[in-house]
Parts: sequence; C-alpha cells; structure tokens
Amino acid sequence: MFNSSLQQLGSALRAGQISSVELTQLYLDRIAALNPALNAYITTDAGTSLAQARAADTMLANGTAQALTGIPIAQKDIFCAKGWRTTCGSKMLENFVSPYDAHVIGQFNNAGAVNLGKTNMDEFAMGSSNETSYFGTVKNPWDQSRVPGGSSGGAAAAVAARLCAAATGTDTGGSIRQPAALCGISGLKPTYGVVSRYGMIAFASSLDQAGPMARSAEDLAMLLNAMAGFDERDSTSLQRDKEDYARDLSKPLDGLRIGLPKEFFAEGLGNDVAQTVEAAIAEYKKLGASVVEISLPNSKLSVPVYYVLAPAEASSNLSRFDGVRYGYRAPEYTDLADMYEKSRAQGFGAEVKRRIMIGTYVLSHGYYDAYYLQAQKIRRLIAQDFTEAFKQCDVIMGPTAPSTAFKLGEKGDDPVQMYLSDIYTIAVNLAGLPGMSIPCGFGANDMPVGLQIIGNYFDEARMLNAAHQYQLATDWHSRAPQGL
Amino acid sequence: MTWEIVIGLEVHTQLSTSSKIFSGAATAYGAEPNTQADAVSIALPGVLPVLNKGAVERAIKFGLAIGAHIAPRSVFARKNYFYPDLPKGYQISQFDLPVVGQGALTIQVEPLSGSGKPYEKTVRITRAHLEEDAGKSIHGDFHGMTGIDLNRAGTPLLEIVSEPDMCSAAEAVAYAKALHSLVRWIGICDGNMQEGSFRCDVNVSVRRPGAPLGTRREIKNLNSFKFMQQAIDFEVQWQIDTLENGGKIQQATILFNPDTGETRAMRSKEDAHDYRYFPDPDLLPLDITPAILEQVRATLPELPQVRRERYIGDYALTAYDANNLTASREMADFFDSCLNEIGTPNAKLCSNWLTGEVTAQLNRDGLDITQCPVTPQQLSGMLARIVDNTISNSGAKEVFRTLWAEGGKADAIIEAKGLKQVSDSGAIEALVDEIIAANADKVAEYRSGKDKLFGFFVGLAMKASKGKANPAQLNEILLQKLAG
Repeated sequence: MFNSSLQQLGSALRAGQISSVELTQLYLDRIAALNPALNAYITTDAGTSLAQARAADTMLANGTAQALTGIPIAQKDIFCAKGWRTTCGSKMLENFVSPYDAHVIGQFNNAGAVNLGKTNMDEFAMGSSNETSYFGTVKNPWDQSRVPGGSSGGAAAAVAARLCAAATGTDTGGSIRQPAALCGISGLKPTYGVVSRYGMIAFASSLDQAGPMARSAEDLAMLLNAMAGFDERDSTSLQRDKEDYARDLSKPLDGLRIGLPKEFFAEGLGNDVAQTVEAAIAEYKKLGASVVEISLPNSKLSVPVYYVLAPAEASSNLSRFDGVRYGYRAPEYTDLADMYEKSRAQGFGAEVKRRIMIGTYVLSHGYYDAYYLQAQKIRRLIAQDFTEAFKQCDVIMGPTAPSTAFKLGEKGDDPVQMYLSDIYTIAVNLAGLPGMSIPCGFGANDMPVGLQIIGNYFDEARMLNAAHQYQLATDWHSRAPQGL
Repeated sequence: MTWEIVIGLEVHTQLSTSSKIFSGAATAYGAEPNTQADAVSIALPGVLPVLNKGAVERAIKFGLAIGAHIAPRSVFARKNYFYPDLPKGYQISQFDLPVVGQGALTIQVEPLSGSGKPYEKTVRITRAHLEEDAGKSIHGDFHGMTGIDLNRAGTPLLEIVSEPDMCSAAEAVAYAKALHSLVRWIGICDGNMQEGSFRCDVNVSVRRPGAPLGTRREIKNLNSFKFMQQAIDFEVQWQIDTLENGGKIQQATILFNPDTGETRAMRSKEDAHDYRYFPDPDLLPLDITPAILEQVRATLPELPQVRRERYIGDYALTAYDANNLTASREMADFFDSCLNEIGTPNAKLCSNWLTGEVTAQLNRDGLDITQCPVTPQQLSGMLARIVDNTISNSGAKEVFRTLWAEGGKADAIIEAKGLKQVSDSGAIEALVDEIIAANADKVAEYRSGKDKLFGFFVGLAMKASKGKANPAQLNEILLQKLAG
C-alpha cells in the first residue's frame, strides 16, 4: 500500500478495497513508529486527520469522490491551515494556530484529500539542509546521518520514507527540487504564478512558488491539477485556463530537444553526480530525444543575485513578526523598542537573522542602487539567457544539486558552502520558470542523485511527459530506502 | 528687512471606498475597535494584498480634475518601519512612480486680515499617490499598556503633495479649502475633517527675498483650517524670531497644540527613518490604459473652475458670487436647480438670495446646503413672485421665513398672509388722489419746491395700502400726480 501510486490508491479507495480512515490510520501508525527518528513532521493531529478521512469516506460512498479524495497528503508547515498549528519551522510561530486556510490547503480540502500533518522545514524556508528548523533537523531516510536537503526537507523525507502518499513543498531557490534530489523523490516547482501564494507564509514573494512532491511524475501531475489555478486573493496569480497536467504523460519523446547548459557541468559538480546525470541523458537519447549544448552565461551570477533579492524581500516580509499581534513575544522587556528587539532576537534563529540583516543592508539608503537595483538588472539578464536557450531546445536538463546529501552539521558553519547547494536551481526561480527534479540513480555513498528538468514558461505538461517517460523506462523513482 | 514665507502642503485624503485598499474589510468610521480588522488588516502570516479598483478610480478622477498626467504604469512600494499600529511592519505606498503626476489647482485667495483684495493664484501639485492608512494606538485606558485598533489599517488614502508655492497662511488655507472642496466635488472623499478624512501636513520655511530656500519644519496632522492658520502664523513668527535672534532652524517634524496655539518639535531630522523603499513584490505594477482613463473621465462632473467661469461668463455674476456658489458642488447644484425653475435671466436675483438670506439662515442653524429645509423648487416659487412683482422684497423675506420654518408653497403663504402687492395702477391712483385731496397744504408746499415732502406722501400712501402697494409703481404715480 505504501508503494502504491496516487492513481492506484484512488482506485482502491473508490473500489472500497480500503477506506480513507484505514489508509490514514496506516500512515499515522507508520508516522508514530518512524517520525521520532526522522523528524519529518512538526505536527500531526490524528483526530483532525481521521475526521477528514471520515468525510472523505462519505464522499467515496455517495459517489462524489474526486481523484484525490481520501488520500493522505503531508503539508509543508509553511501553509496556513485552519485549526492547525502553523510554525514555518520557527520558534516565532511555535504556538500560532492559523484561523484560515491557504489556497493550497483549500484546494486539497475541496478535493477531499486528508491533511496528514505539517512537515518540518528550514525556518521560514531559509536553508538547504533542514538544519535551521527550530523543531530539530530532519534525517535523510537513505542515511540518517545525512541531511534531507531543504527547505522542504521534511516533505522530501516523508515521501521517501513512505510517511505520506504525497506532499506539498515550496521552492524559493530550490527548496522543492534540492531536497527531492537528496531524498530520491520527484518534485516540481511550477511557473511562478501557477499556484496561488495566498496563505503560504512569505519568504521572498517574487520567487516563492508552491509545488507537489511525490514518488513519480504521474503523481506530481495529479497533485498539480489540484493545486494550480487562478486565485484572486493573490495578485501575482496568473489568470489562465485550467489545464490537465497529465494530458501529455504518455506522449513519446521522439524529437524532444534537450538543452544541456555547459555551465551546469563545470567546476563544482561532483563526479558521481555528473556521471549519474550523464547516464540519464543517455537514457533520454535512447528514448528518442536529441541533445544540444546551450549556454546560460549569466547563471553563475544567480547565487549572489539571489542572496541580495531574497533577503531584501524577506527582511520586509518578516517584519510582521514583531510580537505585537500574534507569535512569540519576549517575556520581559522595558519598552516598545526593547520588546521588538528581544522578541525578534529570541524568536528568530541565526540564519533568519543573517538574512534579515543582509536584506536590511541591501535596501538601505545609499546601498539600494548598488545592490538591489543591480541585482534586479542581472535577474533580467538571467531570464533572457533562458529565453535564448529555449530557442534551441524544448527542455533543459542537468544536475539538481552539485552533490548528494551531505552529513548533518557538515556545512552548518559555512553559509556560502550551504548557499552553493542551490547553484543549479536558483536561476530557475529568478527567471520564474518551472523546474523539477526526478531521481536518476545513486552517487557516492549510495545516496540518490536528482536530474533537474527545466521547462519554458507554462511547459509543466511537457516536463511531466519527459519525466514520466523516463520513469517508465527506469525504476530509480520506485527505489525505497531500506531498513526503516 | 522683510521675510518671505514659503509653504507647501501634503494632504492625506481618505478615499470614499466602502472597503479597504487591499482587502474587503469595511472602512466605516466609528466601529468597535478591531471589528473591521480582517486577516489582511491584522497582517496574519501568508495573507496578500489585492488592490481595490475603486481607490484607483478615485485617484484617477483627482488626477484628471487637476489636469495632471496619469501614469500609464505606477508602482506600489513598501515603506518599512516598525510601529505597533503598522501591522505588516511596512506601509504599502507609492514612491518613485506615483499614479498622479504634476498638475495644478487655481485658488481664490481672500487675505485673512487687513484690507488686501481677493486674488487668484495657481498652486502646482507635484504628485498624488495611493497608500494605505495605519491603525491607531490608543494610550490611557489600558493600565500602562497601549491599545491597538486596526479598523483604520488599510483604509485607502490619496496623498496630495503640493509644490512650495504658497507664501502666506491665507494662501495655504485657501489652497487647502479649494482642495477640500474639489475632492468632495468629484466625490472621492467625504471631507470629514473631524473623522480624519482630510488631514494636512504643512511645510513651512522663511527666507530673505532672493535667498535660497530656508530650512523647513513640517507641522503634522492639522485637521481644521482654523488650526492651520494659527499653526502657520505661530510657526512663521517663531522661525523669524529664531533667525533674527541669531539662531538656526533645524529640520524637524512638529505638532500644533490648539489649546496653547503653539507648535513644538516632535522629532528631529536625526531621528528620521531609513524607510528602505522597494517595489512591493506582492502587487503588480498598476497599469492604467487609455480606455480606463476615458471610462473614468466620463464619470467626472463639471469641475468647479469650469462652472465658476460659466456663471461669470453666461450669467454675468461677479467673481465673488461665482466663488461662493461654487464653494461646494451641492451649493452649485442647488443654484442650477433654481435656475432650471425660474430661468437664467434671474441668475443674479437667485445668486443674491442663495449667498445672502439662504446662507445666513443655514449658518444660523448650523446646517449645510444639503440640509436646507427650503428646496430649490420652494425657493424658486418665491423668487418667481418677486420677479412678477407679486411681492416686495420685504414681503419675500417673510415668505422665506415661513418656508424655512413651516414649509409649504410661496403662493399659498402669500395668499394666507395677504402679502400680495397692489400693482393695480387704478387702485393706486385712486389712493393717491385721495391723499392729495386730503393734504392740499402739503401738496402746495411740495409744489413750491419742498421736495423732501415726497417721502411723507409715500409713507401715507403705503399706510393707506397697508404696505402692499408696489413701491416702484407708487413712486411713479405719486411723482406724476404731485407734479400736477
């Protein structure tokens, strides 16, 4: 049951072979057994999950069930869910219970899915290893001495360890794709604006995008069908016709032109990852695709540009956490300024404070032009690189991350090394393009390697097609970590 | 040696939308604290702003009314600072790209004191931009704590910034009044100054003629024209005294205390915030197409300036009368309604009554023209009887007093009170003949050159007619008959 696809689970539920309550209970039991070690979830609430499961069983019984009805989904703890504690991985929101549902949560609720719990994450999604979470590190199910990646590390670990049928994540600079790669699962960051950000706690608004994390491209398509769609509550949500992201899954790949950016296969990429990704490209050639070398000349600037823009937006987005209306307030303070200082000093972790300070600095009078404006200009150049590249190819492929999962604590003292974990994923967010990661083999220490697929704007269906055809031809995506 | 006064105004007008600028919460004044604070007003984690189109339309209306350039693309920016009644830790405003560009307002200045003559002046308006209001901090009442009411947070404001074109308190007040009248005229603001719908910040500096601009101090939050005049007078004198005593002016924000009539510094330039403005990534740039512009233009009423010119040009009213009649749209509309009834040739009579007796009565009873107990139809009914000589001016005043107190129709009142003038020349002639016959000695005196006796005969005739004789007619007949 834990290895079934969403399609299979849906069929079993609709056929009455298993009830949603039974399925949810199975997962809750497995979480109870494995989560103490893995720490993939921050919050579970069996009562609420089972109540949703019962409601789903009613829908299943009376024939009003939809594709995802009754299926237990893990929600990243960045999504506000009514009645659920929503922490965003921070002490600041340790006791914050959301009075409303994020758009994504509402979409899953409307589909009759079961909220299985809130997954662990880097604090305010700032991190690439899940080590900045106030609620403790998440262990990589393939090797519990290693990180799961981040910031959607809890989601990736939960999917890999079969602690949920599927999960949601968010991706600001690689936070879906990098942990998906490190945990050997599939994850998709859609085109910016495809999934509403309403109710998703903001890190860097112009980069944040929610997306699905699952064990296959087929599952991702089904989840994205539920998540995507215009939402008037998010002004950056795109007004487009509803589409079926699964529509092209079974198309053959003959004639698919794959662009390989030479900058992604240069210095800094681990040999094990390079070889594994190259083998995957060879597989694609067998499937009928052709390969063309492309260049993304400005992509080398994406990390510094990102670490100007994302902290700038974050420094402002996180100002609302001031201890006044909700969230953490220091127990003792002398006056207003002291209350602000102590509440924020005690409520935020080190990485969040680092980024708030960087962001405050780059927006300050006298520095704005040199940092923020300059970074915005380069951001446009990076986007233009992709526009040029897509004149020569249909999708771009390369490694998702430069290495496989590293050891817990290995990069904790060196933020720049940590930031370089996202060197291949960040440019995609800066350009607003869709990107995904699928498992394509194993590298050093038998840890999973992710293949990144980048599409042109709104080309999710084509990317999912490319991923699905690869997954029909290979079985990397159905490998599961042993010994759990 | 004389001093020159330099004044510029920043006026915050609250736009008359029923919901907030970035959410659906109500904007009504006077509700219980925090009952109009929705998730967006409280700035819960994950909420997003959605721009209220009504606020944009009102801003465009204003821009068109002052002949300003409307930006085809303007941008919302975040103004970052911490304050308990600023829930997000930033205010959404417009910074380098405001919706309304440079325009101008022509004002009629009546010197506040002395014998100066009224004159016209054009004040340049630098810009007007959309922004959200903050909430309110309530001190007192809370045992040493501060209460926060977020009902006002997110109320739409149009901040209208003038050039430093005014050089006296009289001009500043005239400009503020003209602006106040205009925003109400075009229906974008209720103008209620007590409730804070129209708040003025006044920048004041002094200099020697020909010298560069002096250092300015900004008087914040003036909510009455009287206070504005007092505050400017005090501030100007204070600055002159300071400079003449060898002191220097420091740039500062100051408050006016209406009880003492003095200004005092609130914070100096050193305390000035670095607001770290940057474009709000949650909102798209505001695009105003020519089509939208035309759509809004079509809803614009005839502007006060245009109507004023029309009154002077078409009805031969004096500039003074035209100003008074166009002081508010309601007064001008009242006037136009009257003219509809009795015809434009009687514009002068109608104007005299409106700016005279009607205004005096309104002031006496503390009413404005919208609350006038006498309708344009009622007033016109009475004016028509003046025009056709049915009643004299003194008779009309009595009719008007009755209309004011009891309502009804002029004709019925004239009838009931017997106010009809005797305009029957036969009757008047008979009456005059009788008087001449009964006062032969006086007639002889008159005829021998004692012209002053004419008044004596008028008095007798009026008394005989019980005051109803048409005075003009009576004069004419008397003159004729006495001449023999």
